[in-house]
Amino acid sequence: MSEKPHIDRQHGQQLFRDMLRIRRFEAKCAELYQGQKIRGFLHLYDGEEAVAVGIMQALEERDAIVATYRDHGHAIARGLPMGSLMAEMFGKVEGCSRGRGGSMHFFDRARRFYGGNAIVGGGLPLSIGIALADKELRPGAVTACFFGEGAAGEGEFHESMNLAELWELPVIFVCENNLYAMGMPLELAEAETDIFRKAQAYRMPSEKVDGMNPVAVEAAARRAVERARGGKGPSFLECRTYRFRAHSMFDAQLYRTKEEIALWKERDPVPRMQAWLEENHMLSAEELKRIEDQVDVEIDAAVTFAEAGQWEKVEDLERFVLMDEVPQ
Amino acid sequence: MSSPVAKPVRMSYREACRQAIRDALTNDPRTFLMGEDVGLYGGCYAVTKGLLDEFGPRRIRDTPLSESAFVGAGIGAAIAGMHPIVEIMTCNFSLLALDQLLNNAASIAHMSGGQFAVPLVIRMATGAGRQLAAQHSHSLEGWYAHIPGLKVLAPGTVEDARHMLRSALADPNPVLIFEHIVLYNVEDELDPAVESVDIGSAKIRRPGRDVSVLAYGNSLPKALAAADTLAKEGIEAEVVDIRVLRPLDNATIFESVTRTRRCIIVDEGWKSGSISAEIAARLSENLFFELDAPIRRICSREVPIPYSRHMEEAALPQTSAIIESARTLIGSR
Amino acid sequence: MSDFLMPSLGADMERGKLVEWLVKPGSKVRKGDVIAIVETHKGAFEVDIFQEGVIADLCAVEGQEVPVGAVLARLAPSDKAPALGTLRAPANPVAAEKAPEVALAAPPSPEALSASGKPAKVAQKVSPMGPGSRAHAKVTPAARRRAAELGIDPYTLKGTGIDDSVTFADVERASASHVGPEAPAGPTRPGRGFDPLQMRQAIAAAMSRSKREIPHYYLTTTIDMGPSLSWLETFNTERLPDQRLLPATLFLKATALALREVPQLNGFWENGRFRPGSGIHIGWAVSLRGGGLIAPAVHDVDTMTLPELMIALRDLVARARGGGLRSSEMTNPSFTVTSLGERGADCVIGVIYPPQVATLGFGRISVRPWVTGGKVTARPIVVSSLSADHRASDGHAGGLFLAAVDRLLQEPLKL
Repeated sequence: MSEKPHIDRQHGQQLFRDMLRIRRFEAKCAELYQGQKIRGFLHLYDGEEAVAVGIMQALEERDAIVATYRDHGHAIARGLPMGSLMAEMFGKVEGCSRGRGGSMHFFDRARRFYGGNAIVGGGLPLSIGIALADKELRPGAVTACFFGEGAAGEGEFHESMNLAELWELPVIFVCENNLYAMGMPLELAEAETDIFRKAQAYRMPSEKVDGMNPVAVEAAARRAVERARGGKGPSFLECRTYRFRAHSMFDAQLYRTKEEIALWKERDPVPRMQAWLEENHMLSAEELKRIEDQVDVEIDAAVTFAEAGQWEKVEDLERFVLMDEVPQ
Repeated sequence: MSSPVAKPVRMSYREACRQAIRDALTNDPRTFLMGEDVGLYGGCYAVTKGLLDEFGPRRIRDTPLSESAFVGAGIGAAIAGMHPIVEIMTCNFSLLALDQLLNNAASIAHMSGGQFAVPLVIRMATGAGRQLAAQHSHSLEGWYAHIPGLKVLAPGTVEDARHMLRSALADPNPVLIFEHIVLYNVEDELDPAVESVDIGSAKIRRPGRDVSVLAYGNSLPKALAAADTLAKEGIEAEVVDIRVLRPLDNATIFESVTRTRRCIIVDEGWKSGSISAEIAARLSENLFFELDAPIRRICSREVPIPYSRHMEEAALPQTSAIIESARTLIGSR
Repeated sequence: MSDFLMPSLGADMERGKLVEWLVKPGSKVRKGDVIAIVETHKGAFEVDIFQEGVIADLCAVEGQEVPVGAVLARLAPSDKAPALGTLRAPANPVAAEKAPEVALAAPPSPEALSASGKPAKVAQKVSPMGPGSRAHAKVTPAARRRAAELGIDPYTLKGTGIDDSVTFADVERASASHVGPEAPAGPTRPGRGFDPLQMRQAIAAAMSRSKREIPHYYLTTTIDMGPSLSWLETFNTERLPDQRLLPATLFLKATALALREVPQLNGFWENGRFRPGSGIHIGWAVSLRGGGLIAPAVHDVDTMTLPELMIALRDLVARARGGGLRSSEMTNPSFTVTSLGERGADCVIGVIYPPQVATLGFGRISVRPWVTGGKVTARPIVVSSLSADHRASDGHAGGLFLAAVDRLLQEPLKL
């Protein structure tokens, strides 16, 4: 086990900056959605930023990511260019999936980002296979597989837990438990509401993590990644978190109270991290201003990039239904 | 491996499948076989018997009964650089992996804008005829042929069983191979000069001028038997082995039907929404003015396949029905 | 109950105009009775009936154009003569379903009805595009396409396909026998739907019409074939078998050149007058192995060399017997030649195929005593015989024509 990560000024600011990038990027997305620049389903990560940002701290370039349809945070934290993400949501060919996937299906081969998957639980078996391949082809590489607690209801979840442990695969399963599967409260859906215990049943090292705290998530991720790289098999992190916004843009949120949301907002990772850094003299007012300005510039540039993008030629509609060769 | 001596080799469809897998494992270190009972048990239909001893447990990987997970794992391994062969014991169980097949295997290449290919081969046993009753007698290849992004093969000869796998593994796309359970025991001579078959085209197995009989899988031998009988009556049936259900080889099928102007499609799937329906629709869309008779389809009756022998036979396409249909289509001349 | 249909009086007849009914509902008819007058583009015909019974219903009004095969009248068995107006239900349910549609598509004009004095329901039964033909016949898509290419109405054909549908092959067969001098309709391909009875009936109809309408006159002349045959022998010895000429080519070419000199024999008698042929297109009578015959045209024979003619002839005969004649060959020849060949009789006196105005026959070539310069010698001779329509030409023209044929055959080099 590695020790708790040491948070210095630079690292602390990086965690804060990445969470802020996600937060403000998505605020812009919501605005652009209402302005009809972005269409389709738009699931915002607002409130859960600490999970993606924390996990990514433990990963290297050689590692792989399998994400969910709520994938903006994973993509930004992994380093996918914001412009390519915004262009994707605009449906432009410069998007990270040529405008074919939209918000739910970000892909990036170069960054081993194996897609936002819009079938709950659908990415879990993929992560098994990627890890299996990595064992042969890229020893030491790790796959981080994200999914919500709703996935625990799927058979694929259990099949994948079993296989990963049975075959001692280098996967870290990251359960983003935001308490609602769309509108289904956890306690109404699961007999065992501690999801990590399900993984324990498969003899997998598992823990419950404060998903509102990027430092805690990072610490847990480092422990899990170290086990995986060392050939000790998979780990399971149940990150307790909360989404502040609705499930998707068209959701009246009948299933939860404003009071509950307000209670969780007190634990909002972005202002909390900012306050913690300020309290510990790791973030000056000037630095904050600079970070905020940089983030705003990055987002503005992303929007400009997306606006300037081209529509994919309709003649290319059937391109890549079947591949002519395996991309190398 | 083909013998250096150019002598015809006689083998069963089962042995042909096994030899093909053995070749693949020998020739490509990125290839491994994964599925239920493929190792210790030797395969439900004994196709993989002996391979575990030969290649070891990393290359011959027994899986738990988790179709969705191990099919998905095959997809994941393929997008991450391997060339896996996944065996689903029978297509009846493939329904448990349908989400992975449709939403991942068939979609990832297009959905990712061409960033990822899925060079995966999935073999599964298909079909009825062994009195296995409703849940073990499905012919689902036509369903899978509905899905863009997949290739769907149905070897109906020992030669295709022997050589299709190699072509399928060389393909950058997910390829589903449906091996018919009744054919596993069929033996034939293999021409050693043939070392590969293309998986893009249908094949005319018997030329004829009067009516095109399109068939695949275990319907192929039935169609050939029907053609033998019809020939004695002066009716020359052309038997076209469709063999590639997706993408359909329109060119070969259209060329044949344009010549004969009559067409019978034999399909062990249920008639409604079947691959035979698709072919018939294409023929009427493209060859309407070439047709000299209505298109006829001989499919399985629309019932869960029953256990008892006579009822199962009544439910499946039979040679006699092909013969009768051909006679009717030809008319009095 | 049976239907009496608009008859096909020739394969090129698509429709006929009902000029006059000679019977009325309730009339008893016997086989052979003339029951109506029908006018076609080839003139008016008395239409007789092949069945016995009682006319139950007249389905067409006088003055109406009716497609071949459409119902003209319904006939009840004679022992159960039905009351008028009780026989509404058509024999064919398909026709019954289609009838209202047809009536809507082509409503009879009130004027026409009042003028004819027939009840409206009678007129509704058969419109010019009436169900009697289209709704009854099934024609496959391939057959429709082929028929359109060949300019044939496939709805007049007998089908051999599934559910008696008219098939591609049926159309091709019909095309092959579309317009022949003695065989206006019928299949040609033995073993593939060949119907000797149908062809025999077609020949019967055409020849009956010819003998009924055409005042034939006949002239014969005996021709010395010596010069032609010796030239032919010389010509053929230098050539491979498939390049050798038969006497038939000389007959054809000589006939064509003679027709240039006597053009009133090359053409058609239509609407009471002679219409010259647009070229010298000679129908060549080909007897079929399964029985029957057809006479497809060799076009512009007068402009062809003998070797060209030979190739054309071989090809034509092969295709006539094997099926696969082209529609252009089936368009009316303007004259017909019959040659009985080696196994035939000495002389053939032909029946003109209407609306042509003449036909020339050649008997077999045989060696006979021949007087030249007061000496009797053995010479190969042939009897050529002209049958001609006296309405279009007189014996003088016929004589000039035969003399020209004789003269031309004496100078084979000029052919």
